[in-house]
Amino acid sequence: MTGAEGADACDLRAAILAGERSAAETLEASLAAIEERDGELGAFLSVERDTARARAIELDRRRAADPGAAAGALFGVPVAVKANLCMEGVTTPCGSRMLANYRAPYTATCVRRLLDADAIVVGVTNMDEFAMGSSSEHSAFGPTRNPWDLTRAPGGSSSGSAAAVAAGMVPVALGSDTGGSVRQPAALCGVGGFKPTYGRVSRHGLIAFGSSLDQVGPLARSVRDLERILGVISGHDPLDATSLPLPPIEPERPDRPERLDGLRVGVAAEYVGADLDAEVRTAVEAALEKLEELGAEAVEVRLPHTVHAIPTYYVVATAEASSNLARFDGVGFGARTEGDGSLQGMFAATREGAFGDEVKRRILLGTFVLSEGYHDAWYGRALRVRALLRRDFERAFEKVDVICGPTSPTPAFPLGERAGDPLAMYASDTLTVPTSLAGLPAVSVPCGFASGAADSPLPVGLQIIGPALADARVLRVAAAFESATEHHRPAPTSAGDGR
Amino acid sequence: MSEALCREGAAWVSAVTGTRWVGVIGLEVHAQLATNSKLFCSCEVRFGAPPNSLTCPVCTGQPGSLPVLNAAALGLAVRTALAVGADVAAESKFDRKHYFYCDIPKNYQISQYDRPFCTGGGIRLASGRFVRLTRIHLEEDAGKAIHDRGEHTLVDLNRAGVALIESVSEADLETPEEAVEYLEALKEIIRYAGAGEADMEKGQLRCDVNVSVRPEGEAWRTKVEIKNLNSFRHVREALEYEIPRQIEAYESGESARLPRQETRLFDASAGVTRTMRTKEEARDYRYFTEPDLPPITLTEAFVERQRGLLCELPQARRRRYREELGLSEYDARVLTGTREVADYFEAVARLCGRPKEAANWVANDLSRALADPEVAAGSIDELPVKPFDLAELIELVAAGTINTTGAREVLGLMVAGSGSPREIVAERGLEQVDDEASLEAWCREALEGREQVAADVRAGRTKAIGAVVGPVMKASGGKANPQRVREILLRLIAEDDQPRP
Ligand SMILES: [Zn+2]
Repeated sequence: MTGAEGADACDLRAAILAGERSAAETLEASLAAIEERDGELGAFLSVERDTARARAIELDRRRAADPGAAAGALFGVPVAVKANLCMEGVTTPCGSRMLANYRAPYTATCVRRLLDADAIVVGVTNMDEFAMGSSSEHSAFGPTRNPWDLTRAPGGSSSGSAAAVAAGMVPVALGSDTGGSVRQPAALCGVGGFKPTYGRVSRHGLIAFGSSLDQVGPLARSVRDLERILGVISGHDPLDATSLPLPPIEPERPDRPERLDGLRVGVAAEYVGADLDAEVRTAVEAALEKLEELGAEAVEVRLPHTVHAIPTYYVVATAEASSNLARFDGVGFGARTEGDGSLQGMFAATREGAFGDEVKRRILLGTFVLSEGYHDAWYGRALRVRALLRRDFERAFEKVDVICGPTSPTPAFPLGERAGDPLAMYASDTLTVPTSLAGLPAVSVPCGFASGAADSPLPVGLQIIGPALADARVLRVAAAFESATEHHRPAPTSAGDGR
Repeated sequence: MSEALCREGAAWVSAVTGTRWVGVIGLEVHAQLATNSKLFCSCEVRFGAPPNSLTCPVCTGQPGSLPVLNAAALGLAVRTALAVGADVAAESKFDRKHYFYCDIPKNYQISQYDRPFCTGGGIRLASGRFVRLTRIHLEEDAGKAIHDRGEHTLVDLNRAGVALIESVSEADLETPEEAVEYLEALKEIIRYAGAGEADMEKGQLRCDVNVSVRPEGEAWRTKVEIKNLNSFRHVREALEYEIPRQIEAYESGESARLPRQETRLFDASAGVTRTMRTKEEARDYRYFTEPDLPPITLTEAFVERQRGLLCELPQARRRRYREELGLSEYDARVLTGTREVADYFEAVARLCGRPKEAANWVANDLSRALADPEVAAGSIDELPVKPFDLAELIELVAAGTINTTGAREVLGLMVAGSGSPREIVAERGLEQVDDEASLEAWCREALEGREQVAADVRAGRTKAIGAVVGPVMKASGGKANPQRVREILLRLIAEDDQPRP
């Protein structure tokens, strides 16, 4: 980002408020970076140049008219939002032909809160269709490429948001996490990504995939930016009945933020199993040692039901998805194909034509597990296992303050490698899905690199998981780790901005 | 019904086999709750608004929209549950019920499946039969698909998301008449609970029927569901068709004709039911817990508050009117026709301390005024005559200030909005004439040429006096005190009998 190398959202805001640069200049730098890089990355589905420019000018005017007036927590900060977050006046395609031209008549609470904090939404980012995928390859609009290696996947489903932040096109972006869709792409793209405790960020305006799992979360290049965004978007929303009646997430302010003395860090054997990539293992082990150097104590914990997490997740999430996606029938909104002229014919033709294969696969699976005669054996049993997974965590958190491990079992994988193998793709989420099922807060922060192809190291993410509502604790541990390491600093060399 | 079957009381008797068959009927009734806004969004609820004008992202099922429960609807639902003596669950939940149709925007309906907010309770019929309720649950209404405006189906979502309660009865009813009586009682309870208007014409009350038949003393057989019943009359007619149809099928012994588990539609113009879908085509609703809504928890305080808002129910009121106020069953029934009328009557009775007179005036004269299209009052509360006014009128009659005829005239003027009874009586000079001289003059005049009446009275047939009272009242312009007139007439006839000096 020309003129702002390494600057995070907090720095940018401070510079604008100090008069060192205008909101318009900041935005232009972001738009220029998008112009330069996005042709090959494909992170954005749309760039809202005109509305973003008008807003930047308005912010600058407001500032000029009254420099002493209160400025929002994200004043002048360019942000990108995932294509499943509704915003009035903007197309929300959700990675699908079904919603290619869908303009929501209202704005999601989290986006509304960004705007109220004086952020500038620059564009809408690519994603796996309806957030179903871990690579962006299920987007109806083509894949996003990993800025560290254009032949590799950026992870998913918040693929465009992760790539846009990693490539320096925007300092921060919003994603959504159902089974790891913020954390896994953050890990694969070498940025930070946070999934809040279920209910801390409103889902109003987030196009639903798995309603009991979905949470909106930020992606950023610094932990304090994650904290800043969460402070803006979290907090109770009367428009979401599952939103917790709590104030926004307030950062912990320890006396010695760089130290973790007395912190008990749980390490689960189940998270560092044999199928873990060797370089990921090395990076994560080094990270755990670093946490101990900072004063933390490593404690072994057991999460015995982890092995059941993926099958459980793919029953619960697909059941909910089959229901949530039932509304796309060609009647009220989205794509329509008339078919044979009958109502049922239109439903079938519309859904057949506008949903991609992965979405259809999951709708079929979800419909099956809820069907009469199979409901209890599949959906009912999945709910019971989900309760066991929750209990695993509750027991572990009796002994430890956080649990740490890898975010993804492997670094970024080549595009095409898993596209034809759903089970291999589902395995990408092995380490993120358990926390989603338990509704817990978790962050992924950069913790080192694996060797990719020549000259292109591949980022590795450290996952820090907290008990329910300990969002701020998770952030504090991430911040201490970040301040003691340099893993978050390198930018992809192919980023083309000379960093 | 063919000639082979003949109705005997609650039974249908076969002329061929002599078997006595009875119906086994259960009802599922959907009633709209009278909330200002819909069940899960803040859209207004109104009948007859332009299509799709009462909609928002939530009730049109826009992607990303979320339901938020309307607490007012919950209150009305709980009040109805308490009114039928049901158990209100401390915790219940919502579920999604899936089926694809263009009038449900999400292609699932938010309903309650395995944990409804209310179970048990019931309604007692006049015969003493107690009809048990299985459950009552809350759910959102569908929109309307309109098929008769050109080649395309049109969809109006004004009704989509409106709060409904569905009351499911046990199959405790036997005859079409009982089914209608049950429906009328349920409608009355819903209206009394203030939970809804339950107007079938406006689609505020909708009913599905489950029916099977059995020879008396045997277990019930395959049950059939009948849909599309838009009035109480349709319910009766559909059952009057369906019960004999099933009996005749069993009597025929032909396996192809035997009733099967299916859903049938009532064709009102032909008066018959027809197969809509068979068991094999039955829908799999794929119920599961609605993840967008937390469980409903009802605190004792909330339930008690609703109980406090619930007024005395019609059956209890009727009993009290009969036993404590000495009213007739007929008057008690008329007075409890609606909650407004009953409340009105009680206010009048309390104010004047004369329940029988209050009952007469409310049940007869006021009800007539209410039915008069020229008065154009939608309910008794809209009449310009307030309970206080009517009580005053009754007191005027009791005190002898005006007679009943005059009071009727005054009431007519009150209904027309001419003021309080005292004012009207004073303005129009309607006070009863009690002055002895005038009354006697009118009486003497009336007795002239009516010797036969005098003779009859002297012979002990005092009732004959009525023929003279009328002319006296007429002569007085309706103002004479009829009681006094009667006394004077009797005295004059008696005097006339004495030997003249
Ligand atoms: Zn609405």
